[in-house]
Amino acid sequence: MNGNLVTFHDVSRFYGEVLGINRVSLAIPPGVTSLVGPNGSGKTTLMNLMTGLIRPTQGEIRVLGVLPSEPEKLCGMVGYCAQFDAFPKGLTGYQFIYSYLLLHGFTAAESAARTMTALERINMVGAAGRLVAAYSKGMRQRVKLAQAIAHDPQVLVLDEPLNGLDPMARAETIALFREWGGKGRHVIVSSHILHEVDRISDQVILLSQGYVVAEGGIQGVRDEVKEQPMQILVRTDRPEVLAARLFAQRGAVEARISADGKGLLLRTRDADATYLMLNRVVLEEGLELESVAPADDDVNSVYQYLIGAEGAAV
Amino acid sequence: MNALWMRQIAAVWRLEWKKTLFSRRGWWIYGLALAPVFLTGMHWLIESRVSGHNRHTLGDDSVAFAALFQFFYLRGAIFFGCMGLFSNLFRSEMLEHTLHYYYLTPLRREMLVAGKYLAGLAAALLLFVGGTVVSFLFIGRHAGAAYTSYILHGPGLSQLEWYAATAALACVGYGAIFLMTGLFFRNPMIAGAVVFVWEGINPFLPSLLQKVSVIFYLRNLAPVEVPVPPPLNLMVIAADPTPAWLAISGLLAVSALLLGYTAISARTAEIGYGE
Repeated sequence: MNGNLVTFHDVSRFYGEVLGINRVSLAIPPGVTSLVGPNGSGKTTLMNLMTGLIRPTQGEIRVLGVLPSEPEKLCGMVGYCAQFDAFPKGLTGYQFIYSYLLLHGFTAAESAARTMTALERINMVGAAGRLVAAYSKGMRQRVKLAQAIAHDPQVLVLDEPLNGLDPMARAETIALFREWGGKGRHVIVSSHILHEVDRISDQVILLSQGYVVAEGGIQGVRDEVKEQPMQILVRTDRPEVLAARLFAQRGAVEARISADGKGLLLRTRDADATYLMLNRVVLEEGLELESVAPADDDVNSVYQYLIGAEGAAV
Repeated sequence: MNALWMRQIAAVWRLEWKKTLFSRRGWWIYGLALAPVFLTGMHWLIESRVSGHNRHTLGDDSVAFAALFQFFYLRGAIFFGCMGLFSNLFRSEMLEHTLHYYYLTPLRREMLVAGKYLAGLAAALLLFVGGTVVSFLFIGRHAGAAYTSYILHGPGLSQLEWYAATAALACVGYGAIFLMTGLFFRNPMIAGAVVFVWEGINPFLPSLLQKVSVIFYLRNLAPVEVPVPPPLNLMVIAADPTPAWLAISGLLAVSALLLGYTAISARTAEIGYGE
C-alpha cells in the first residue's frame, strides 16, 4: 500500500532530553520534496532517520515499504548526500565513488562504468584523478552528489546540496533534481535558499522546533494559512478603479497602488472571489491588464507566515 | 564468481588496508615493531666485533630473545600497536565523520567488521610477525654458521615458528579486543589502560583469574621460558600450564566471541558523530 511512499508514522526522536523531532507523521510521494525550516528544526534528523543512520525513539518509518533497520535492503535504493564535508583520506574523486560502489555489490567493471556515468552527470570527469582533499568546496559537494546517485537510487536524500556551488553548478544540480524527480523517483532536499526551493519543489515540508508545521504543494500550503490574507499583484492602466471595486466585496483587506501608478497590490481573504471580480471589472470597465500574479504563494512567504521571526535568522 | 559477501569484505579491506598501514599518525607503531629489529641488528653488529670467548652464547641469546619477546613484544609492542591499529578502525572514522559512507551501503555490518578487522590484522601481522622473525634471525647472527645450524638443524626453526605463531595470535586476540573498544568507547585509551593493567598483573592473580586474559595463553605458547627475577618470583602464582592446542583454540574462540559482539553492536550503532 505504501510501496511508493516514504512514510513516518508518529515518529519522535530525542537526543537525551533534547528534542529532535516530535510525533511526526508524513507520507512523502515521489517527486521533489523540500524540507524547510530554521537551524535545529529537525530537517537533518528527518533525513538521518529515513536513511537509517539514526533510529527513532518511537514510531515507525518506511522507505518504499522498507524499514531503515534493514540496511541491506534499504541502502540499495537510497542515496544520501549528507551534510558532512568529510571524505576518506587518500582517495581521488574516481576512487571515492568506485570504492563504495564495490560495497554495493557491483562488479569491478560495473562499478567503473557507473563511476564514469556519475562523474559525467556532474561534469567532474576532468577532475576524477585528483585527490578529493585537493578539491574546492563546490567540487567536494558535487562529488558527494555523484557518489549518492552512482548506484541509481529510487530515493535521493540531499542535505543542503546547493551549499558551496557556483551559479552554473547550482543550475545544473537543480536540473538534475528535476530530472530525477520527473522520473517518478523521490528527491528529498533540505535547503535554506528559499527561492531555489520554490524552483525545485513539487511539495514542501515546513518544520519548526521538531514539529511539522505544514506539508504539501506550496499553493495548497499557502491556501491553508487562513489568517494571512492572500496578496495579488496586478499591473493595469487604471489601478484606482480596481481598488475601488475591491472594497465593495467581502474579504477585502487592503489595496495599495504602487509609486509608478500602474501597479496594485491587493490583499484579500477570498482570493477566488477577487479573481472573479477582476474578470468582471476588466469586462465592465474596459481595463487593460498587463499582468496578474499571486505575490505570496511562494515558499518564502509561507515560511515567514508560519515560522516568522525565528525563520528570519536562518 | 565470488560470493557477494566476499567481494564486500574485500572492498572494505582494500579501503582500510592502506589507510591502516600507511597512516601518518601510525609512525609510533612502526617504531614499536621495528625497535627490536634495530636492537638485535645492533647486537649482531657489536657482537661480531667482540672476540670469541667474550661473545654471548646461543643459549644467552635464546633467553635474551625470549625476554625481549615476552616483556617487550607481547606486553608492549603488540599490545600498544594493536591498540593503535584496531581501535582507530572505527574511532578515527567517527572523529573524521566518514563512517556514514559505509553505513549508507547495503553492506551487512558483520561484513564491515570483518573487513576492517582483516585489514587491521594484515597490517599487524606484517609489522609484528615480520618484526619478530627478523629480530630472531638477527639476534644470534653474530655466531655465523653455528646459528645457521641452530636454526636449520637444531631447535631454532621450531622456536621461530612458535614465536611467529604466538605473535600472530597476540595480534588476533588484542586486535579483537581493541576493535571492540574502538567502537564502544569515545576514548579507547581508557579501556586500553584497563586491559593493560589487567594483563600486566596477570602473573600475580589467582590461577583461575590468570586464565581470563590473553597474555596467560600467549605466555604458555612461548617456546622458551623466562625466569622471573627475585623478589617478583615470590609473588608469582604458578597456574597450571595450558596445552598448546587449548591455548590456541581458546584464544581464537575468545577472539571470535569478541568480534561477534562487535558485529552485533555495529549493527545497532547510530551515526551521529556526537551532534
